[in-house]
Amino acid sequence: MADRAVSQGEVGLAASIKGRKRKSWWRSDMLLAVLVLSPSIIAVAVFIYSFIAWTFYISTVKWNSQVPDYTFVGLTNWVRLLGDNRFHIDLRNLVYYAIGFMSQCIIFGFIIAALLDQKIKGEAIFRTIIIFPFAVSGIVTGVAWRWLLQPTTGINILFAKIGLESFQPLWNSHPKYGMWAVSIAAAWQMTGYVMALYLAGLRGIPHELREAAAIDGAGTLATYRYIIIPLLLPVTFTAIVLTGMNSIRVFDLVSAMSGSGPAFATDTLAFNMFQSTFGAYRYSLGAAIGSFMIILSAFLVIPYMFSMRGEVER
Amino acid sequence: MTLQRLWTRGAIYLVLIAFAAYYMIPFYVMIITGLKPYQDVNVTRMWELPRGIYLEGIIEAWQRVSPNFMNSVMITVPAALISSLIGSINGYIFAKWRFRGADTLFILFLVGMFLPYQGILIPLVLTLQKVGLYGSMVGLIMVHCIFGIPITALLFRSYYAGIPNELLDAARIDGCGFFGIFRWILLPLSLPAFAVVLLWQFTTIWNDFLIGLIVLSSPRLAPINVAVQNIAGSFSVEWNVQMSAALIAAAPTIIVYLALGKLFMRGLLAGSLKG
Repeated sequence: MADRAVSQGEVGLAASIKGRKRKSWWRSDMLLAVLVLSPSIIAVAVFIYSFIAWTFYISTVKWNSQVPDYTFVGLTNWVRLLGDNRFHIDLRNLVYYAIGFMSQCIIFGFIIAALLDQKIKGEAIFRTIIIFPFAVSGIVTGVAWRWLLQPTTGINILFAKIGLESFQPLWNSHPKYGMWAVSIAAAWQMTGYVMALYLAGLRGIPHELREAAAIDGAGTLATYRYIIIPLLLPVTFTAIVLTGMNSIRVFDLVSAMSGSGPAFATDTLAFNMFQSTFGAYRYSLGAAIGSFMIILSAFLVIPYMFSMRGEVER
Repeated sequence: MTLQRLWTRGAIYLVLIAFAAYYMIPFYVMIITGLKPYQDVNVTRMWELPRGIYLEGIIEAWQRVSPNFMNSVMITVPAALISSLIGSINGYIFAKWRFRGADTLFILFLVGMFLPYQGILIPLVLTLQKVGLYGSMVGLIMVHCIFGIPITALLFRSYYAGIPNELLDAARIDGCGFFGIFRWILLPLSLPAFAVVLLWQFTTIWNDFLIGLIVLSSPRLAPINVAVQNIAGSFSVEWNVQMSAALIAAAPTIIVYLALGKLFMRGLLAGSLKG
C-alpha cells in the first residue's frame, strides 16, 4: 500500500512537473502570439478606431476653411448640418436608394437562387454570369450604366423600338427620383452576391424537410412560404445588413454616373462629405457628415455582430 | 403531369435566361461600343453590332490610361501580397492562440471592416501628410494593407479553424514552437486559403476608387479607376474611348474571376461571415 502511494505520488509529481513545464512553455509562446499580433492591433486601433474618434472631434471644431482651426464650437456644425437642405435631400435619396437597391437585390437574388436550386443544367454558367458584375468596379459599372440610362440613348431607344415611344423616363437625370435609377445600376452589381448567399442557404436546408413537406401535401409555393423562406430568415438578415451598409456609403457609382445630379437628385451622404471636405475645404462639416455615416452604420453593424457572435466564437 | 412538368421546366429556364441576358447587357454595350469607330457611335446604331472590329477606341483609351494601369499593377500586386501574408499570421493567431480577449478583439476588427471610410478619411489624410506618405504609392499600399487586416484575418481564421488541433499538438511534441507550427504545419496547408485571400484582395484593391482618389492627389500616379472616372467625367472624350477605358479597367478582375470563379465565391460567402 505504501508502495503504491509512493509510486502514485511520483506519477503525480512527474505529471505536475511536466504540466508546469508545458504551461510555462505555452505561456511564452502565447506571449509571442500576442506580440506578433500587436502591430495589427495597433494599426486597427489607430487607423480605424482612433480616426473615428478624431473625425468626431473635428466635427466639433471651427475648421471650415483651408486653414486648420481647432477652436471648439460644440455642436454648431451638427446643428448646421441637420438644418442643411442638401443634407435633407441626401437623407431622402438614401431612403429612395436603399428601398430600391435592397428590394431588387433581395427579391431578384432570392428568385434566381431558388430557380438555380431546381437541378438546373448549366447552373455553373448561370451562376457565373449573374455574379459577374460583382467582379467589376463601381466606376466601370457607372460608366456603362450612365450610357444605358441617358434619356436620349440606351434603354430608352429599346423602349421606343418596341413601341413605347411615350415611355421615356429621365432615369438618373430626373430632378426628384434620379436615385431610383442609380439603384438599378447598383443592384445590377450586387444581386449576384445576394444570390450566392441565398444559394448557400438553400443548399444547407436538409432534403428531408422538403420531402416531409411534399408528403404532407404541401405544393411548391406552400413549401417555400412555410418552410424555406422562414428557414432562410438569417440569410435575409445578412443580406439586409450588407446591402443596407452599401446603401449608406455609395460613392463610386454616383461619381461615375451623374455626380450630385440636377437639384442634388443623385447626391449621397458620401458624395456630399467628399465635396464638402476636399472640394470646399469645410473639414468640420465634412467630419460631421462622416461621423453621421458612422452612427448610421453602427445601427446595422452592431446588431449584426451580436447575431454573428456565436458563429465567430464557435 | 409530364406535360405540366415540361412547361414548368421550360418556364424556369426561360426566366433564368432572361435574367442572364439582363446581367450581360452592360457588358454587351461596353464591348460593342468600345469596338466601334467614332462615327458609328450614335443613337441610331447604339444597340447594333459594330460593322467590323475597329480598335481605334481601344488604342486611344490604352494610350490614355496605360500609365494608370501600370500604377494599379504596382499598387495592387504588393498590397495584395503583403496583406495576405499579414492575414495568414493573424488568422493563425486568432484561430489557434486564443488568448484572453482574442474573440472580443476579433469582433472589433470585424466591426472596423464594415464601417464606412468617410468616417476616417480626414484623419487619414492628415496623418499621411504628417508622416510624409501622402500622395505616394507606398502610402497607398500601406493604407490598403491596413484596411485589409480585418477581412484577411477573417478569411484565414476560418480556414485555419478547420485544421485539427491534434496536428498542432503533434508538432508541439516534436519541439515546434509558435513559428515552427506556422511554418511547418499550417503554411504548407495554406495554399487554397492564400488563393482565396489573394484573389479577394486583388479584386478589392484593383477596384478601389475612393482611397486612391483621396491618397494620391496627382493624376500621374492615379490608379486605373480614378483615371477612367476622369475620362468619363470630361465631355470631350468620345463614348467608344470611354467604354474601352472601362473595359481595360475591368479586364484584369474579369480574367481572374473567370479563371478562379469558385475561389471568388468562397471569398464572397466568407466575407459576409457565412460559409
